[in-house]
Amino acid sequence: MKPIFMTYTRGDLINLAILLIVGVVVIPMTVSSGYWYTSILIPWLCLALATIGQQIIMGYTGQLALGAAGFMAAGAFACFNLILRVPGIPFVGALLISGLIAAAFGILFGLPSLRVRGIYLMVATLASQFFIIWMIDKFGWFKNYDSSGIITAQDIVIMGKPFTSPVEMYLVIVAVVTPMTLIAMNMARGSTGRNWMSVRDMDIAAESMGVSLLKTKLQAFAISSFYCGVAGALFAFTYLKSLEPVAFDIKLSFKVLFMVILGGLGTINGAFIGAAFILLFPVLLNYIGNNVFHGAIDATIISAIEQVVFGVLMIIFMIYEPLGMAKLWETIKIKIAGLFSKNK
Amino acid sequence: MADQILFFIEVVVGGLLAGTMYSLVALGFVLIYKASATFNFSQGAMVFFAVLAFVGFMQDFNVPFVLAFFLAVFLMIIVGLCTERLVLRPLMNQSEDTLLMATIGLGYVLEGLAQAMWGVEVRRLDLGIKDFPIPWIADNLKLFISAIDLTAGIVAFGMIIGLTLLFKYTKMGLGLRAVADDAGAASSIGIPLKHIMLLVWSAAGVVALVAGMMWGARAGVQFALVDLALKALPVLIIGGFSSIPGAIIGGLLIGAVEKVLEVYIGPFFGGAIEGWAPYVLAIFFLLYRPEGLFGEKIIRRV
Repeated sequence: MKPIFMTYTRGDLINLAILLIVGVVVIPMTVSSGYWYTSILIPWLCLALATIGQQIIMGYTGQLALGAAGFMAAGAFACFNLILRVPGIPFVGALLISGLIAAAFGILFGLPSLRVRGIYLMVATLASQFFIIWMIDKFGWFKNYDSSGIITAQDIVIMGKPFTSPVEMYLVIVAVVTPMTLIAMNMARGSTGRNWMSVRDMDIAAESMGVSLLKTKLQAFAISSFYCGVAGALFAFTYLKSLEPVAFDIKLSFKVLFMVILGGLGTINGAFIGAAFILLFPVLLNYIGNNVFHGAIDATIISAIEQVVFGVLMIIFMIYEPLGMAKLWETIKIKIAGLFSKNK
Repeated sequence: MADQILFFIEVVVGGLLAGTMYSLVALGFVLIYKASATFNFSQGAMVFFAVLAFVGFMQDFNVPFVLAFFLAVFLMIIVGLCTERLVLRPLMNQSEDTLLMATIGLGYVLEGLAQAMWGVEVRRLDLGIKDFPIPWIADNLKLFISAIDLTAGIVAFGMIIGLTLLFKYTKMGLGLRAVADDAGAASSIGIPLKHIMLLVWSAAGVVALVAGMMWGARAGVQFALVDLALKALPVLIIGGFSSIPGAIIGGLLIGAVEKVLEVYIGPFFGGAIEGWAPYVLAIFFLLYRPEGLFGEKIIRRV
């Protein structure tokens, strides 16, 4: 059995320590306004986690899947039902089982990937998107026979202590997202990830080298939808604070897809960069609309402009930097480093 | 019993006619795929963009019907030109997946532009054809068939014949097929690649406009058209991406099967299964016959 955690360089550990200190100590101590947590940090981390899931299937394994929101919905409603129906289940346990349930769906809808690729697979995964949402919507059991269509999510209770304030929920998310990100990074650079990437780069060659396509693809689908499922549960319980199938429609799937592509295919930090960009850009645009044009521009026009900008950026990145913002960031870092070393 | 059979026929015919609308969208898809081996994900957005511009010209600028139609056609040609110049040419020789993602971006741009220009509210489109059963058929055959569905069917059929003739018997069509087969070889024997691409994207634009008009007259011109147009994808999988007859038969099949399932099996599950039934049908096709009914078999090598 190979070790799950690989050796880290000193630099990696220092970076991790700095990030953790900023995330767990500095931010909760300095940021006090609830807005930052509920509208920016919480959705950012949740969607970044879903984006890691999409990244695993799309960026690393090269399978063009478009159903992240469906798996997120599966995770969210699984978590709701587990807490509702299993007395005394710990929140983290419910979260993990929801992830596993989403993973089961992932394996089921990942089956076509053994036969098809590209847009064919995209259509097959669209089936999962529409089917899961429909199933949750039509079978009352999933929604606990609530007729209003919107269910309030239960409070998060861990070890008897409720985590309900924005800062507390943020800390819960950090506690989930950090280890999952680390594990994803380790998988990506370990033998698992190498198998994924060999399938992505040339599946026939990978197969002839002895990589089992069946195992690799289904494993990637399972892990990817596990991440999406956990992200969906967190998203519903901390950000939406309610459960409604409509919140997980195809638009959210596209959003996650954009996060992956703009952030950078095949990078874990790209997931965070992409999620931040897709989330923050509309905020910025609204800010400009309100403060520079003083609301002279209609909100619908602003959201239309946002769509155009995302689309144009997607095309520009495809043409000039297919590896997205993460690669751009690396390039800038190297350029800056080069600048300093020349001066010395 | 006779009533039940009649009802079944009515459901099937209604489904077939609705299916022609999917066919129309799928047709635009096939055109572009045949000529440039690009999966144009933005075809649905093009439908929305074209018909919204058409309705916008008519309602906001009081342009007469025919002029508005030609203005919209002109606009779609410009869209085709810009796409060829700004998206396809820089991405030449890239992988299919890259092109697909670029067209997803293109779809977003078109949707956003259309909404920024013409607003987001649902617009009514009156083609002078009513969404009512045709009295003559209702009286004589006891079948209730909507006039707009029938018109859409006839229009779709006409376009298919036109396009098939174009592909089969004109010099341009021969050029198109040559480019589709091997763009490099085609351009080396002097087939103007740029013109072919422009022509194909313009043709797809016009097809999109017609499809949008048919759908818009039925359900109103609104953003939901984009989601409806997504159903062209399972149609293509069933018919094959590179086959015009395939697009038609795929559309008809999806239309009929989804209606029959909805009417006869839907009630057991609370309805609305037509939202996903086409995709699941497509999955079964993928498992059994990945190249579709009429598609060419894809052989991949290391």
